[in-house]
Amino acid sequence: MTTPLANYLILASLLFGIGLAGALARRNAVLVLIGLELMLNAANLNFIAFWRFSPHPEMLTGQMFVLFSIAIAAAEVAVGLALVIAIYRHRRTAQLDRFDSLKG
Amino acid sequence: MESIVKYLWLIPTAPLLAAGVGALLPRRQRQLGAGLAIGAIGISFLLSCAAFLVTLHSGRVSSNFRWFDFGTTSVQLGWVLDPLGAIMAVMVSFVSLLIFVYSLGYMAKDENFKQFFCFLALFAAAMLGLIIANSLLLFFMCWELVGLASYLLIGFWFQKPSAAAAAKKAFIVTRIGDLGFLVGMLLLYAKTGTLLFYDNGNGCLDQTAVAGLVASTTISLLIFCGAVGKSGQIPLHVWLPDAMEGPTPVSALIHAATMVAAGVFLIARVYPLMTPEALQAVTWVGALTAVFAASIAVAQNDIKRILAYSTVSQLGYMMMGLGAGGVAVGMFHLMTHAFFKALLFLGAGSVIHCCHEEQDIRELGGLRTRQPITFATYAVGMMALCGVPLFFSGFWSKDAILDATHHWNGSPIPFYLGLLGAFLTAFYMTRQICWVFFGKPATAKAEHAHESPPVMTVPLVILATLAVVAGFFGTPAWPWFQNYLEGGQVGFDLSKLMNEHQLPLMLLSTALVAAAIVWSGWIYGRAAARPTRETDPLEVAQPTIFVLLQNKFYVDEFYNATVVRLTAAFAKFSDWLDRVFLGGLIKAVCVFALVLAWLDRALDEALVNESFDTGTETVRSSGRWLSRLQNGQVQRYLRIIGVAFCGLLILLLWGSR
Amino acid sequence: MILSILTFLPLAVGVLVALLGPDRQKLGRNLAFATSLLALAVAVGLWASFDNAKAGMQFVESVSWVPSLGIEYHLGLDGLGLIMVLLSALIVPFAMLASWKIENNPKLYFSLMLFLEAGLFGTFTAQNFIHWFLFWELSLIPAFFLIRIWGGPKRAYAASQVFIYTMGGSVAMLAAFLALYATTDASTRSFDFAQLAATAHQGGLFAGHKTLATAIFLGVLLGLAVKVPLVPFHTWLPAAYSEAPTGTAMLLTGAMSKMGVYGFLRVLCPIFPEQMQAWRTPLLVLAAATIVLPAAAAFAQKDLKRMVAYSSINHLGYCLLGIFAAAGLTDGSALFPNEQAAALNGVILQMFNHGLTASALFYFVGLIEQRGGARGLNDFGGLRQAAPVFCGLMGIALFASLGLPGLNGFPGEFLIFKGTLHLAERASVLSIPGLLLTAIFLLTILQRVFSGPLAGKWNGWPDLTLGERLTVLPVVALMFVFGIFPQLLTGLANLAVLQMLKSF
Repeated sequence: MTTPLANYLILASLLFGIGLAGALARRNAVLVLIGLELMLNAANLNFIAFWRFSPHPEMLTGQMFVLFSIAIAAAEVAVGLALVIAIYRHRRTAQLDRFDSLKG
Repeated sequence: MESIVKYLWLIPTAPLLAAGVGALLPRRQRQLGAGLAIGAIGISFLLSCAAFLVTLHSGRVSSNFRWFDFGTTSVQLGWVLDPLGAIMAVMVSFVSLLIFVYSLGYMAKDENFKQFFCFLALFAAAMLGLIIANSLLLFFMCWELVGLASYLLIGFWFQKPSAAAAAKKAFIVTRIGDLGFLVGMLLLYAKTGTLLFYDNGNGCLDQTAVAGLVASTTISLLIFCGAVGKSGQIPLHVWLPDAMEGPTPVSALIHAATMVAAGVFLIARVYPLMTPEALQAVTWVGALTAVFAASIAVAQNDIKRILAYSTVSQLGYMMMGLGAGGVAVGMFHLMTHAFFKALLFLGAGSVIHCCHEEQDIRELGGLRTRQPITFATYAVGMMALCGVPLFFSGFWSKDAILDATHHWNGSPIPFYLGLLGAFLTAFYMTRQICWVFFGKPATAKAEHAHESPPVMTVPLVILATLAVVAGFFGTPAWPWFQNYLEGGQVGFDLSKLMNEHQLPLMLLSTALVAAAIVWSGWIYGRAAARPTRETDPLEVAQPTIFVLLQNKFYVDEFYNATVVRLTAAFAKFSDWLDRVFLGGLIKAVCVFALVLAWLDRALDEALVNESFDTGTETVRSSGRWLSRLQNGQVQRYLRIIGVAFCGLLILLLWGSR
Repeated sequence: MILSILTFLPLAVGVLVALLGPDRQKLGRNLAFATSLLALAVAVGLWASFDNAKAGMQFVESVSWVPSLGIEYHLGLDGLGLIMVLLSALIVPFAMLASWKIENNPKLYFSLMLFLEAGLFGTFTAQNFIHWFLFWELSLIPAFFLIRIWGGPKRAYAASQVFIYTMGGSVAMLAAFLALYATTDASTRSFDFAQLAATAHQGGLFAGHKTLATAIFLGVLLGLAVKVPLVPFHTWLPAAYSEAPTGTAMLLTGAMSKMGVYGFLRVLCPIFPEQMQAWRTPLLVLAAATIVLPAAAAFAQKDLKRMVAYSSINHLGYCLLGIFAAAGLTDGSALFPNEQAAALNGVILQMFNHGLTASALFYFVGLIEQRGGARGLNDFGGLRQAAPVFCGLMGIALFASLGLPGLNGFPGEFLIFKGTLHLAERASVLSIPGLLLTAIFLLTILQRVFSGPLAGKWNGWPDLTLGERLTVLPVVALMFVFGIFPQLLTGLANLAVLQMLKSF
C-alpha cells in the first residue's frame, strides 16, 4: 500500500534534473532562480522521504530540516529577486550571460 | 770639609746658569754673553781650587739625594769630593778658563759670538758635572750632555755641510759606545742595586772594596765601550779627526784637553770595578790605538788633523797606562797631555787665525820669525808631546806609562807598541813644526802672517809654562801626583831615578825620540826650504805606505762600505717591509675581502634573489592562468558544478557496486 | 662628580659649538679653546687634590646603568689615569693653538676636537668595559672626520684606513669581551675592570676553555695593538699622521696613541695574566720589532711628517717592550718587584713624555710645511741661519725625543731598560739599536733642514712669531721640568704601578 522509497527518490531526481536543466539552459535570471528553487525542493522531497522511511520517524528531524530549508529558500528568493530587479534597473536586462564583472 | 761638599754642585751649576741665561740673551749682547761665561767658569775654577785644597788634607766625602722613586726603591744621585775628581775639576776649569779667554780673540768676528760662549759654558757645565758626579747615572747624564755640547760646537759653523756632517758623525759614533755604557750601567745597577759610587759603604765602589769585585768582565767591557767612543779609541776613533771642523778653541777644549779625556776619567773613576781581563782589553786597545793613530798622523797635511790623530794616539797611551799601571799613571798623562795638547791646539789656532784660515801645513812655512811667541810656545808643546827628556811634562808621564807596560805581566807587545808610538810621535811633530815654522813661506798667506793679539798669546804662555811644570809633580823621584791620588806620603828621593828599572828605560825612550827628531828634521827641514811642496819626501820614498796612511788605513771607507751601507740597506729594508710587504699584505687582505664580497654578491644575486624572483613569478603566472576560469559567467560555474556533480555521482555509484 | 663634569664639559660645549650659526666661526673657536683651557684647569685641580699616598682609585663615581648586564657607570682615577688625563688636557689646547688659523669651517673643526677630548677623558676615567668602550669609539669618529675633511691630498685614503683598521680592532675587542661575559660563571659575571681582574686572579675566567681563552685574549690584543700600534698592525699610522692636519696629528700621536698603551696596562695585562705569560716571547719579539723596524724605516723616509710618524711608533715600542717584559711574571705576587716596577714606571713616564715631545715635533713640522709649502727632508737647508729660535726650540724637541738626559725623554727610557734588561734580556738587547737609529734619523733632520748653506729661496724665512713662541714655550719648558724632576710623575705613577703589579 505504501509507495516504496525509490519512487520518491526518482521523483526527486527528476525534479532536480528539470531544475538543473532550467538553471543551466535559461538565460533569464528569474528563470534560473526558478530552476534553483526546483532543485532545492527536490532536496526537500528527499529529506521528507528519508525521514518517513527512517527507523525513528517519531523524531521530526526531516520535517525540521525542510521547514528551515523552505524558510531559507523563501528568504533567498526574496533577496535573489531583489538583486535581479536591482540589476535589471541598473542594466536594463536580466540576461545572466551579460554579467561578468566578477570575473578574475 | 762638609760645607765644601754641600756647595760642590755650584761648580757645574755656575756655567750651566751662564749657558741658560746666555741662551736667552739676544744675539747682539756679545760682551755680556761672553762675560757671563768667563765669570762663571772663573767661579767654577775658584771653587774647584777650594775643593782641591780641602782634598789635600782629608779623604773622600760625598753627598747624595733622591732623584725619583720607583717600586719600593729610588734612584739616587749625588756629588763626591775626592782627589781624583778635585784635580780633574781644577784642570778642566782652568784649561776651560784659558780657552774661553782665548776665544774672545779667536771668535771676535763671528756673528754667533754669544752663542759660542753659551755652548762653551754648557760644555764646561756638563764636563764639571761629570767630574763631581757620585753616581754612574749622573755621570752618564753629564756624559751625554758633553756629547751634546760637542755636537753643537763641532757643528758651530753649520753653514759648512762638512761641519754639520762631522757633528752628526761625532754624536752618532760616540753614541754607539754610549749604548754599551748604558747597558753596562744597567747591568751593574741590577747587580748592586745602586749606581752611587760611594754611599757610606753601600755604593758600588764601596761594595767592591768590602766584598771584592761586584762587576763581571762583561759589565766592565760594556762600560769601557763608552770610554772607547768618547776617547776615540779603535774602532770608534773615526769621529775625532772629523771633529776638527769645529772652531779651533773647541778642538783645543773638547777634542784635546777635556772631553776626550772623559773616557779615561770614566775608567779611572770606576777602576775598582774593572776586572783584570777587562784591564787587559783596555791595555791592548790603548796600545793599538796609540800606534795606529800615530802612524796615520805621519801622513796628514792638515795642521789640526795631525794634532787630532796625535790626540787619539795619546789617549791610547792613557788607556794603556790605566790598563797596565793603574789610575795614577793614566791620570798623570791625562793631566800633562791636557796642558800641552791645549797649548798645541791653541798655537795651531793662532797660526790658522793669522794665516787666513789656512790649515794645510804645505801652504804655511817660515812662521818662526813672523809669530815668535806662537812659535816658542808651540815648540814647548811639541817637545812636551814628543817627550823630550827632563824638562818637559810629557816625558815624565809617558815614561811612567812605558815603565808600567814594561812591568806588565800580560804581554810584552804593548810595551814595544808604546815605544814605536813614541818614535812616530816625535817624527810627525818634527815634520809638522818644520813645515809650519821653518823654511820659507810657501804662500802669500803665510808670507803676510803676523803675531796674534795678547788675548790669545797670554793663554799660550801660561799653558806653555804648565806644560813644563806639570811634569815635575809626578817624577819617579817625587811622585806627588801618585801619592795624592792614592793617599800616601810623599818623599823626595833622587835615587829612584837612577835605579836599574828607570834609567835604561829613560835612556831608551830618549834615544828613540832623539833619533826621530833628528831624522825627521833632516828630511823635512830640507824639504821645507824648497819652493814647491806638492810631494812629501816620504811619499817619494814609500808611495804605497804613504797613501795608505794618508787615507787613514781606509777606515772611513771601510765603515762607509759596511756599517753605513748596511744601516742604509736595513732602513731601505724596513721601508720596503712597510710599504711593499706589509702594505702588500694589507692590500692582499683587502683584495681578498673584495673578492669575498664580490662572491657574496654574486651568490646573493644568482641564488637568493633569483630563486625568490622565480618563485613569485610562478605564483603570479599560475594565478593569472587560474583567474581565466573565473570569468564571471555564473551559469558556467553552475555547469561545471553540475558536470562535477554528475561525475561524482557516477563515481559514487561505480564505487558502491 | 668632578670626573663626569670633566668628561661631559667638552662634550656639551662641543655640541653647542657645532650648533652655532655659520657666521659665528670665531666665537665657536674661542669658546672651544676656552673650554679646553677650563678642562686643563680642572685636570690640574684634580692633580692638586689627588692624594699621592693613597693606593687605588680616587674621585670614584659609580651608578648602576644596566644592572642585568653588569654595566655600570663607573668612573675613577688612579695615578696612571691622572697622568693620562693631564696629558690629554695639555695636548688639546696645544693642538688647538696649532690649528688656530684653519680656514675651512673652524667651528666644526674645533667642536670635533672637543668631542675627541671628551673621548679621551672618558677612556682614561672609565672603569667598566662597556662605558670605556663607548668613549674609546667616540674618540675615533671625530678623528675620522678631522682627517677626512681637513687632511692633505690623500686624506680620503688615510681616513678610511684609520677608520677601518681601528674599527676592525675594536670589533674584535668587543666580540672578545662579549664572549668573555657569556662564558663566565653567572655569579662572577661583570664588565668591571677591577672585578674582572680579581676573578681572573682567582682563576674564575674561562676555566677549562683554553682555546676560547686564547681567542678572547687575541681579540682584545688585536684591538689594542692596532691602536698603539704594534708592528705589524702599524701601516695605517704613517699615512694617517702625515695626511692629518697638524693639530689632529698632534692629538693622534700625543694622546690617542696612549689609549692603546693605557688599554694594555688597564685591561689586557690584569685580566689575562696567564695568556700574557704564554704569549710573552712572541709579544716581546714584536715589541722589539716595533722599536727597531720603524726607527730604521724612518731613516729611509724623505717626508718629515712620515719620519716623525715612524719615530712615534718607535717610541711607543719602548712602552710595549716595558709592558710585555713586566707582564706575565706573577706567581701570586710580582716575581721581580723592583724591575717590574721600574719598567712600568718607565712606561708611564714614556707615555706622558712622548705625548709632549711628539706633539711638539708635529707642531714644528707643521710650521715648516706651512711656511715652505713643502715638507721633504731635502727641500730645505740652512734654516738655522734664518730662524735660530725656531731651530733651537725644534732642536730641543728633537733631542728630547732621542732621549737626551736633562730632557723629558731620558728618565722613561732609562727606567724601561732598567727593568727590561733584567726581565727580558734578549728582547731589550735587540731593541738597543733602536736608540741609535733614532739618534741617526733625528740628527739627519737637524742636519738636512737646519744646517748647510741657506738656499736662496728660503732667504727671509720667518722665525717663530710671538704667538708661536707663546704656544710652544710652555711645552718646551715642560720638557725640561719633567726631565729634571721626573719625581713629579713617578710620585703619581708609582703607587698605581705597585697596585697594578699585584694583578700582573
